[in-house]
Formats: sequence, structure tokens, C-alpha cells
Amino acid sequence: MASVKISKPLPALPADWNSESSFIVHAPLSPAVHRNLSPAGPHFLAHARRKRHSRTFSEDDRIQAQQNVKNVEDEDASEISEAESPLLLSRDPKDWKNQDHYAVLGLSKYRYKATDEQIKKAHRKKVLKHHPDKKAAVGAVDDDSFFKCIQKAMEVLSDPVKRRQFDSVDEGANRDPPSKKSKGNFYKGWGLVFESEGRFSRKQPVPKLGDDKSTKADVEEFYNFWYNFDSWRTFEYLDEEVPDDNENRDQKRYIQRKNNASRAKRKTEDTARLRKLVDDALSLDTRIKKFREEEKKLRNAKKDAREAEEKRLAEEARIKAEEEKKRKEEEEAREKAQKADSKKAKEAAKNAVKKNRRVLKGSVKDVNYFVSGNATPALIDSVLGEVDLVIAKIDNEDLQTLAKSLSAAKGADAVKSTWVEAVGELVKKGSAKAEDFKVFAA
Amino acid sequence: MSGNPSPSPPPDPEIDDDTKTVIGIAFGNTTSSIAYTTPDGKAEVIANEEGDRQIPTVLSWVGSEEYHGTQAKSHLVRNSKNTVAYFRDFLGKKYSEIDPTNSHNSAHPVDIDGVPSFNLQQGDDETVSTVSINEITTRHLIRLKDSASDFLGRRVTGAVITVPTDFSDTQKEALVAAAKAGELEVLQIIHEPVAAVLAYAARQTPEEQGVDKNILVADLGGTRCDAAVVASRGGMYTILATAHDYGLGGLKLDEVLVDHFSKEFIKKHKVDPRSERSLAKLRLEAEGTKRTLSLGTSATISIESLADGYDFHSTVNRLRYELSAKKVFDQIVSLVENVVKKAELDLLDIGEVILSGGTSHTPKIASRIAALFPESVTVNAPATLATALNPSELSARGAAIQASLIVEFDQEDIEQSTHPAVTVAPHLSHPIGVVIGEDNSFHTILEAQTAVPARRIAQFDVQADGDVIVRICEGIREIVVEKVERQVNGEKDEDDSEDEEDEEDEEEEEERNRVLKVHKVIAEAAIRGAKKGGKVEVTINVSSDLGLNVAARVVGTQIGVRGEVSPEAGSA
Repeated sequence: MASVKISKPLPALPADWNSESSFIVHAPLSPAVHRNLSPAGPHFLAHARRKRHSRTFSEDDRIQAQQNVKNVEDEDASEISEAESPLLLSRDPKDWKNQDHYAVLGLSKYRYKATDEQIKKAHRKKVLKHHPDKKAAVGAVDDDSFFKCIQKAMEVLSDPVKRRQFDSVDEGANRDPPSKKSKGNFYKGWGLVFESEGRFSRKQPVPKLGDDKSTKADVEEFYNFWYNFDSWRTFEYLDEEVPDDNENRDQKRYIQRKNNASRAKRKTEDTARLRKLVDDALSLDTRIKKFREEEKKLRNAKKDAREAEEKRLAEEARIKAEEEKKRKEEEEAREKAQKADSKKAKEAAKNAVKKNRRVLKGSVKDVNYFVSGNATPALIDSVLGEVDLVIAKIDNEDLQTLAKSLSAAKGADAVKSTWVEAVGELVKKGSAKAEDFKVFAA
Repeated sequence: MSGNPSPSPPPDPEIDDDTKTVIGIAFGNTTSSIAYTTPDGKAEVIANEEGDRQIPTVLSWVGSEEYHGTQAKSHLVRNSKNTVAYFRDFLGKKYSEIDPTNSHNSAHPVDIDGVPSFNLQQGDDETVSTVSINEITTRHLIRLKDSASDFLGRRVTGAVITVPTDFSDTQKEALVAAAKAGELEVLQIIHEPVAAVLAYAARQTPEEQGVDKNILVADLGGTRCDAAVVASRGGMYTILATAHDYGLGGLKLDEVLVDHFSKEFIKKHKVDPRSERSLAKLRLEAEGTKRTLSLGTSATISIESLADGYDFHSTVNRLRYELSAKKVFDQIVSLVENVVKKAELDLLDIGEVILSGGTSHTPKIASRIAALFPESVTVNAPATLATALNPSELSARGAAIQASLIVEFDQEDIEQSTHPAVTVAPHLSHPIGVVIGEDNSFHTILEAQTAVPARRIAQFDVQADGDVIVRICEGIREIVVEKVERQVNGEKDEDDSEDEEDEEDEEEEEERNRVLKVHKVIAEAAIRGAKKGGKVEVTINVSSDLGLNVAARVVGTQIGVRGEVSPEAGSA
């Protein structure tokens, strides 16, 4: 806090001051009144700060002063504060074509990356420092050459078109590729090269070089991008100055033509240079080799797998065929045996049936067709017809049981009752009709 | 094409939330204004889309169309039922508490569950919707915010809003809520007189800001007048007293002109123009005439088809107007005198006067108030001080300055800083000073009403080699009245003060002086061996419990004395 200066003097120490101490307390202060401060204004905020952090005046002063110093430092650090070399300061403003405009404004570490805002600020700062009026006030010689340099730099850098032209030929921003023999990190060295070359690209953002872990797609995209590079770089800045209007018109046109030719030539050269640069990088890029090997390995692995698979399949097919053959042979043998068996059985059955039929027919003949004396042919016919009908209707098993029971039966009545029983059974089964039977009817 | 190969798009004002944009809003009953601070710290008032820096606090609806400001104000003539004006003072109050006198010429508030509301036709059809005072306020604040956002090109996120000193806590809460509904964060609500003081303080150097004085702020508005005595101590402000007059203001002056012109119109045309609509027209024009009279010595009024198809053109000169308005001026002057009395101070204790509010443009008011005080007192009004700021803009400027000071604060910081634990502070009841000079007079170092803890440093000359004494005292202020022979200077200020001073011309006049005397001695310090031409620096430090810490030393030497006076028991 600033002190108040009071011109009136302090009174002299009275003669009767006899105390040993040089400070005497007489009375305390009168009681205070509590009031509300208006919470507004910078001084109140200072009061609030002191109160909240319970600082005394001197503590707060010190802390604030430290903070201010820090703020100022931060501001300076964030802004442009490059040392100005005497060589730079003594530049001739007429030689502006060769002037490094970024260095003049103290932006040489930003260069093409400097924002318009930074350029504006840097210019303001430099103008404040180097304004001729200020130099004159200090009593220095009336030398405004560096001021002119600053103005020229601003003229170029504040105009987007002119700035591009200057950026195109700004050697300060170029990065030389690392030499082939150097053992440095490929990605670090070349990454910077491509970053600085990338500033000329119309397409933004420019893909990054990446590192060991980049995928194949990324790497391919990177080299594709660089082989199809679309550059805005122009070389107008290096044009030879076209003479004034009052000079010879032909001469003027000649120089213009020459300029155009040299621009085109430089552009071609630049494209070739970039192409070579990318070729070099590609040849040095270990990732390409790595990818190729990986691919080969992958392809080989595929082939092996395919062959193994084929072999396995062939083996499987062979085993299967053998099994099939074996199975077939077995089946044939079995079938043959079966056939033989069934033939025998059929014959046996046939014989049995014949035999049974014979028994059946014999049974009625034995009992003289159920009559005593000579049987009439009509009766024999009807009895045999019914027997034939039963034989036709009856199945083999029943035939056998019937044959058995018939051979067991003795006497006409027993034979007849057996027949009646068999016919009843047949009728019950539904294979014969009751009305067809007269003799064997129940 | 930009030189920068990757031109980034400009930040979208709707998305960019990192940067806070804050403004100051003076939310007045009659007019509002908005202000911002430029990057170099100067407060500037923003003109809205219509170019107005004082935006009438008026909203009007025609169909679904909403009008604001000057446009809405002109609707008071044709569309008064759908026009809301003078609504600030209704905010946060119950219907039973409000005084709707000023709303007789516009939409009248109605009682909806105790909340003052307005019945307005807001749609294209004839239906009437009820809009509460809170919604009206929100609309108004949104319009102000949008105007500021358009002007600044960035979305305004927060604001400091000024209110009169008698704004209650409920009213403040209602204001914060209304602003929040309009997506505007209220950083802080500050009082109008303090904002006015801040607006002037912002032009001063830190040293000038630290000068202790009592500032009288007269806020003369459209519908009401407020006065406050603000003690400025080391740049901190304490409101010592406030006075309010809710019927006094620019509208009363308009009435004076309306009456004047009405009489003239009756004389000319035998028709009384005081029908509702004619009166509205007349009021609108009279206000303009009043403004012109603040600048020139005469002004014209011209209204087509005022009443019965008669056009009205007339001229009035300032003297005529001032005579008619004398009663209003008297009231204003007595309000000012009143507030000084309320602060238990004498007019002589006032070190500076700030006139704020639109009515302060009136030259006669400024000169009448200036006449109350000695000539050494600055009266900050356009009529008395060429460098005065526009009184209509003071609140908004002050608010903008405060907003720029606290823009980096968190909500928590602001709350903590405005907490009573911080704002309520003990204030010295007596000035503290030292005895100086041959005549042992009292010289103030710390004024009365200084908030403690406080620190002041003073330097004194040393006249002769030898020992000096620093006697720290409490002082007391006395008004000494002396009878002095009046020098005849009646002619000098004849035209504006002849009425009052005619009778006193020959009499003896009282001369009142403010004298400080020693009340009691607190402590004495002896400094030995000071050299002639040297300086003694005295630092006085009063702690918050009224302990006094004195350090006196001869500048540039090791000679010095330190001492402490412990606080009286129980006084803190």
C-alpha cells in the first residue's frame, strides 16, 4: 500500500519525556461498530482473499506479488521472446526477399505453424520495441531500418497468399532427411521430414509415418498418400523482378516468360525431389520388408495347411473305401446263406403243406366221407370241395395243427368235429364264409 | 487460403463452453442497460439491435410477436393492455405488497395465487394467457442477454446484476431464478450505488481509489429515487445509510411537462387532451422534450392529432420548466439531505457526490445538489463536471467491472467471498490519527467507518534534528459554526439562486467548518535522532479484534520504534 505523504512535521519530543521505553500505551481503541461491507470492487476481493485464507496484509502482498511475477513470466514464456541477433537487427530492409520473416518477428520456432493471432501479437510486441519514435526518445540515432524489416515481415505474413508464397520457399522449415549411414531412429528422423513436407499438402491432415507397430494398412496408406502427393507449393517468391511499366514491353514479357518457365521447372524439380525422398524412405523402411516376410510366411503356412489337409482327406477316403468293401463282402455272404436257408425251409414247408393236404384229404377218405357204405360221387365231390376250400383258406400253421389233430382223431365223428372246429375257426377269423360249408357246418 | 495449412474453423459460439463471457446488467424499473469490459479493462455499454444503450424495461405482445425496449414502449399508446412496463419492483413480491400505481397506463398486474401476473393476448387468436412476473423478467433478461451475445459474438453465460439497496433476499432469489430460467448465470447481485462508485473508481489509479472519503450516491430513476452514503475506505465500500422515495423520479418531471402542455393545448383549442390515449402520446413526447431540455435551453414538442384531430406544436424553455418542476427538485434535494442525516453525518463529511440514473441529466438537479456542498466536493453529473460519465450507464458499467473481476471465480469462491463471515466486519467508530504541526492539530490516518483489519502508512517530514514524538490518537469530528460577514456576491449566481438568497443578502452568514479534535490519546512513540529533511514513516495496523500495531521509523535508517496496543477486553 502506498504511503500518504504529509508535509507537516511531527512535534518534537517534549522535554519531560522521561520514560525508559520509547513506546507508551495510554488507552485501547474505542469499540467498533459492525457493518456490512459491499462485496464489490477489487479491494473488497483482496479483503475477502485475506480473510478466507487468514493472511495478514504483508503476507498477502507477498503472495500476490509472487503470483504476479509468475503470471508475467508465464505470459512472456508463452509468447514470443527470442533473442535478436545483431546480424538480424542490422538487416537491410531492401533485401527483404532474403529476409527470414519469421525470425524478424521472433517466431522462428513456430514458422508455418504460427497462427494469425500469434503473428499479430508478435508484430505488436516488436513494433512497441523497435518503433522509431521510441528510439528517438531514447536519443538513439534515427535508424528505422529494422522497423522497416518488421513491417515488411508483417506485410508478407499477414497476407495469406504472400505467406503461402513465402512458406513455399522457407528454408528454415525444411528438414533434411537423415543420411543413409546414420544409425539414428528411422521413425524419428523421417517423421520430422514428412511432417515438414506435409505442410505443402492440399489434403489435411497428412498421415503420420507411424512406428514399428503401425499396421500394414496404415503404412500402405502413408506411402500411397506420398506417391500421390497434391502440393500447393509455388515458387513465385523466387521470381526475378518484373521491370516497371515504362521499360521495354518485350523485355517485360521476356522476363515474365522466364519466370513462368523457372516456376514450372522448380515445381517439376520439387516433385521429383519429393518422389525421390519417398523412394528413399520406402527403401529404408524396415516395415516393408517385415510385411513382405510376414506375407510370405502367411502364404507358405496356407500352402502347408492345404497339403496336409489333402493328405488327410485322401487317407480318410482310402480307409472308408476299404471298410465299405469289407462290409459289402460280408453282406453278400450272409445273403447267400440266407437264400440257401430259405430255399430249404420253403421246400420243407411245401412238403409239409403237401403232406398235410394229403392228411386232410386222407382223413375224409379214411372215414368214407362221413357215410356208411358207398359214398355217392356227388357227396365225395362236395366233401372234397369243402376240404379244398379249407386248404385254400387256411394258413400253414393252422394247417399243420389241423393235420395233427386230424391224424390223432379216430372215427368219423371225431374227424368231423375236428373239421367243424377248424371251419368254425376259419369263419371266426373271417377268412371263410359259413354258408360255403354244408358238410362241415356246425 | 490461409498461410496456416490446417485452417481450423472458428469456434462455434454455441459449443465453446470453456470461455466464460460475462456482462453487467443494470436491471432498472424504467430502463435497463448492459455493459461488458474490453480486454484492456474498460467498461463499455452495449447498444441493442435498435441502437439503444438505455433499453426501456418494457415488453409488449402483438399477436405472437414479442416486442422489447423502445419498440415495446411505443406500444404503450396503441396496445397498452398487452404491454408490460415498470415491473422490476414487482419481482419476488406478493401481490398484496406491490404498488401498481405506475402500471395504470400499461397492463395491470393481477393476483394469481399471490404472485403478481399479467393477462396478455399472446397468440394470434383472441385468447388471453396469464404470464407471471417471473416469466416476464425471464423474457426481459433473455432479450438483454441475446443483445449482448449478438454484439459480442460470443454466447453470454453469466452476468452481474444491479438492484436497489432495498431489494429483499426473496426478491434477489426470484431474480436469480428468473435469470436461470433464461439460461443466464447470475454471478453476483450488487447494489446500484456501489456499482456507480465502482464505475467511477475504475477510471482512477489504485492510489486514488485508496483515498478515504464518504461518497453520496443519488440514484434518480424514472419511477423512484434512491440515495445512499457509501464510505470508501482503502477501496472498500460500506453503505452507511440509504433513503428511498418510491413516488419521485423522471415520470414526475414528465408529468410537469404534460401538465404544462395540456394547459397550453386547452388554451389554444379548448379541448382537454387528457384522455387516456392522448395522454399516452403526450407522455411519450414529453419525455423526449425533457431530455432535450437537459441539453439545450429550449425544446419543442410536436404531436400530430393529439386530441380531436388537432395537431400540437409547442416550445418550452428551460427556465419555465425548472420553475414548474421546482417542487420535484425540492423533494430530490431533501432526499439527499435526509440520507446524510440518516448516516449520522454532516453534509461537510461528504467528499464526493455521484449522480446516477437518467434523471441526473437534468442540470438543475445537479446544480441544486452541488449547492448543498462546499465547492471542493466533486459532483459527478454531466451538468457540473465535464468529465462525468453518463449517469444512465453507471450501474451497468459497475456491474460489468465487477463481472470482469469475478469471472474466473468458481461459484463456491463467490459464495465464500460474499458470505457474512467475510462481509460483516468491525468498523472503527472514531478516526485514528497522529498529532502534528506546531499547533498540535489532529491528522487523520485511518478514517472512522474503516473496516478492520486495516493498514495505513503515512510519511511525515522532519523539520529539525533531534527527537520527535508520534502521538497516536483517536479523533472526534466537530462542526464549528462561525458567523462571518458575507461578502456581497449576489450578482454572481443570480439566475439560479436568487429566490433563496434574496432575503439573506444583507445578513451575516454562518460558515460551518469541519474540525477534527483529539478524542483520546492511544499511544505515544518517541523517535530519537531524526535528521532534518528526513522522513518518518508511520505504519498503523489495526487487527480485526481492534488490536493496534504501530511501527514508526526514520526512512532509510535503522532508527525505529514498534509498539502494540492490545484490544480492550470484550470490545471485539
